[in-house]
Amino acid sequence: MSLEISYWAVIPEIVLSLAGIVIMLLAPIVEPESRGRLGYLAFIGTVLAGAATAPLWNKSMVAFNGMITVDNYGTFLRLIFILIAALSILLSVHFNRREEINHGEYFALILFATAGMSLMAAGTDLIIIFLGLEILSIATYVLAGFKRSDVKSNESSLKYFLLGSFSTAFLLYGIAFAYGATGSTNLQNIRQALGAATQGTRLLGPQTNTLLLLSLALLIAGFGFKVATVPFHIWTPDVYEGAPTPVTTFMAVGPKAAGFAAFLRLLLTAMPAYHWYWAGILWILAALTMTLGNVVALVQPNLKRMLAYSSIAHAGYILIGMAAGRELNASPILFYILAYTLMSVGAFAVVLTVSGKGDLRVNLDDYAGLGFQQPVLSFALSLCLLSLAGIPLTAGFMGKFYLFTTAVQAGYVGLVIIAALNSVVSVFYYVRPVIYMFMRESTSPAPEISVPVPVIITLIITTIGTLWLGIFPAGFIQLAKESLLALK
Amino acid sequence: MLHVMGIPILNLVCYVPLAGFFIILLLDRKSVTAIKWTANLVALLDFILSIPLILSFNNPSYTDPLTNFRYIIKVPWITSLGAQYYFGIDGISLLLIMLTTLLGFIAVLSSWTAIEHRVKEYYALLLLLQTGMLGTFMALDFFLFYVFWEIMLVPMYFLIGVWGSERRLYSAIKFFLYTLAGSVLMLLGILALYFDYGRQTGVYTFNVIELQRIGFPFGLQYWVFLAFFVGFAIKVPMFPFHTWLPDAHTDAPTAGSVILAGVLLKMGTYGFVRFGLPLLPDASRYFIGIGGKSFPWMMWLCIIGIIYGALVALMQKDWKRLVAYSSVSHLGFCMLGIFAATPVAVQGGVLQMINHGLSTGALFLLVGNVYERRHTRLISEYGGLSHIMPLYATIFLIMTLSSIGMPGLNGFIGEFMILQGTFSDPTLRIWSGVAVVGIVLGAAYMLWLFQRTMFGEVTNPKNELLDDLNFREAFCYVPLIILSFWIGLYPQTFLRYLDDPVNRVVSKVRGSDYFKLSIPVADATTSPTVAPGTVVADRPAPHR
Repeated sequence: MSLEISYWAVIPEIVLSLAGIVIMLLAPIVEPESRGRLGYLAFIGTVLAGAATAPLWNKSMVAFNGMITVDNYGTFLRLIFILIAALSILLSVHFNRREEINHGEYFALILFATAGMSLMAAGTDLIIIFLGLEILSIATYVLAGFKRSDVKSNESSLKYFLLGSFSTAFLLYGIAFAYGATGSTNLQNIRQALGAATQGTRLLGPQTNTLLLLSLALLIAGFGFKVATVPFHIWTPDVYEGAPTPVTTFMAVGPKAAGFAAFLRLLLTAMPAYHWYWAGILWILAALTMTLGNVVALVQPNLKRMLAYSSIAHAGYILIGMAAGRELNASPILFYILAYTLMSVGAFAVVLTVSGKGDLRVNLDDYAGLGFQQPVLSFALSLCLLSLAGIPLTAGFMGKFYLFTTAVQAGYVGLVIIAALNSVVSVFYYVRPVIYMFMRESTSPAPEISVPVPVIITLIITTIGTLWLGIFPAGFIQLAKESLLALK
Repeated sequence: MLHVMGIPILNLVCYVPLAGFFIILLLDRKSVTAIKWTANLVALLDFILSIPLILSFNNPSYTDPLTNFRYIIKVPWITSLGAQYYFGIDGISLLLIMLTTLLGFIAVLSSWTAIEHRVKEYYALLLLLQTGMLGTFMALDFFLFYVFWEIMLVPMYFLIGVWGSERRLYSAIKFFLYTLAGSVLMLLGILALYFDYGRQTGVYTFNVIELQRIGFPFGLQYWVFLAFFVGFAIKVPMFPFHTWLPDAHTDAPTAGSVILAGVLLKMGTYGFVRFGLPLLPDASRYFIGIGGKSFPWMMWLCIIGIIYGALVALMQKDWKRLVAYSSVSHLGFCMLGIFAATPVAVQGGVLQMINHGLSTGALFLLVGNVYERRHTRLISEYGGLSHIMPLYATIFLIMTLSSIGMPGLNGFIGEFMILQGTFSDPTLRIWSGVAVVGIVLGAAYMLWLFQRTMFGEVTNPKNELLDDLNFREAFCYVPLIILSFWIGLYPQTFLRYLDDPVNRVVSKVRGSDYFKLSIPVADATTSPTVAPGTVVADRPAPHR
């Protein structure tokens, strides 16, 4: 067997890693005070990566002996990941300057993490997916603890690391079982092995069947940790609260989206034959995840924690799409991931800006009276929150609508009713910051809030994106559908 | 399609306020006068632009002969979901749109001195709200309708929450959550129809006209009716979903209350006429109890709303709350007429929606006038105002009489048609009789309110120096008073727009046989079967 090497297939990873390495090399040379400027270099790196990835659209190739596949599914997600990285870097530039975090490695780590995510989206072999996940995880463990003098940041990093390693072991175990049951780690090969098994002649004996079910359960647990589904979500609020806010932003969307990307490809490409099995589990997980996320978010006075729980709830909505996911039924997930990215990053951007030096002002009370002092920030936050709540003309509404209709079509009416009730509940806590901003007077004199250019750029991208997806979703729905065709 | 300056007329009417919203956002916060003028001119312009809707309403070139909707705009929107950007109006929406543009202008005008802080945001939101309301009445695509229906909540929520009175936060969030919960249920109902239509025809669409073409199985209709009922009944509001209304009305700023009572509540009733009854005729008959074969749930709820609302209004100490509860009672009448589903009753119900918008809108404005002067709404704080503010008292009297259904004014026509139309169906006759009690109670609480605030000696020295209405304030009432008399004296001007759409609704609910069975009458004025006093257009009488 000759090794097929195609550098084009991994061009996003190459560009991202190169940019990361350049930054690491430059970091010791540059004066400590101006290392924050390396962020702009990292931003340029993401733009280049985006430019290198875009031509892959509508191209399909299999490289590295089936370990990497370029298809629209992967390309769509890779582009989303690069967008997430770019926005997080923009936010970090401001944040790191304010918090005096002068380490060039910071940006390199974000780029490496993105390369890992990108690998997860393109990997069609469990080993590659695992590798991508590890690259991503190790980079984020470090990022979470980047505020070294802050106890909470340390706690965040350690917690994430310990639980993360634990869950990775689950995942690896699951991969091992899958290999044991089917004799391959390649998704296509697994599919063939299982497909044959379900069509009459049982190639899988009862024992191997058990192995596979076990493997699926372990894989669900492993990915469940990454995407923070109940009951594997316990780490989320503490880690999100403690990490530096741009890292929280990154973690709330990036690894989550990457986890879903790999998970979905695994389920749809390798294990459609076992839909009857994993759909049931995901049904329960979806119901639990969104309900717990929403109910607990109701009582959070800390906005970062509130958004953490809200991210759990949204993972629950995406799980509905997974459970209903058969072929095109899963395309709403891609749309939703994009929508969630925009609105969530937008909300975090405002939280990050308002929190001020030391990241102290993150409670609801700190938002009292903000509405008329900082109309632009407050408008952006309100829009993103209303979008998260699912009010029409926003990306969040279209995402939910598309997700729910497809699920109804697939026969998951009960789950959709639970989700609809959940979104009503969620409105309460999403609207509360809006109440504080516009309808309450601030009790203490408002500190000066500066809104620097990188934050403004982020807000412009996210708000316009949120509105655009909400008002003219047709094009993106089409893109999502085309992307999903690749998974057949 | 009628174009003004190259833009389809419905788009123009709907989005002129939105343009005003953006213009105001661009203006400097401190140039308050410029903001006020802009808002007023935009609202006035919108009203003027809506007048051609009436003038060329019967022009056949603007009418879609198949559906009889006018000024249609149909553009693909989200093709993969089957959602269209589909605007079009019939007589029912025409009247409601005119009411909206008129009340919108009056609401903006009435705020000139009432709002002193955050003026820019206030006017911007008021105009945004206007676009949302107009879009709701124009949308013929269920998805589009839902979008406008929901989007309207946001500016209203801010208007109550930021510019409201004491308990504004509580009221705002209550209003928001109540309505949202209802509309999510409604959305599920919409989806159920969408999928069943897709299952039957293989085409997935939210086009309301298309959805009406086929029949849905009764089991589905049953559940969808319940879902729609909750969504619309919360908005109307019907008993037992009315509890958000007194809070929201009382705490909203005056213009907010006017819009809320005048237009927003009508969306619920409009929803029943446009979507509930025609799409779900079997379930409607079942829940209304037409034919006497099932328990008349809807009739009970209407009657409870009418009488309970009136009784609670009797007991109110707060002027504005009293008017708010009177809305519960009046909207009960509208719903009674609509549910009775006879041509006269439905026409009466729709007309009463307009009447209620005019009279209750005016009553809220009147409360706002004295509230601006005295900063209290307690009825006991007032008394003898007719000596101090004669013009005010006169206008208040006219509007009170309009509200209680005095012949010669608009309320009488609406209520009479509702009662007569309901009576004409033998199985619903009894409800017409019970509803009359509501009229008596209505007269009681309104006249008692008038007596306590306007008549008698001036007992409270704080009232002695009150100014009467100034020109701007009085001007707000001029169109309302003119229209009240117009509808009261010659309702035919308005009713002729309702004939065709109402007959379509009725024939959906009662089957097209309903009209064939009734005695065809060539000239309504000579018809022996028509009760004197009713206004009848050139259509078959509804009697069997």
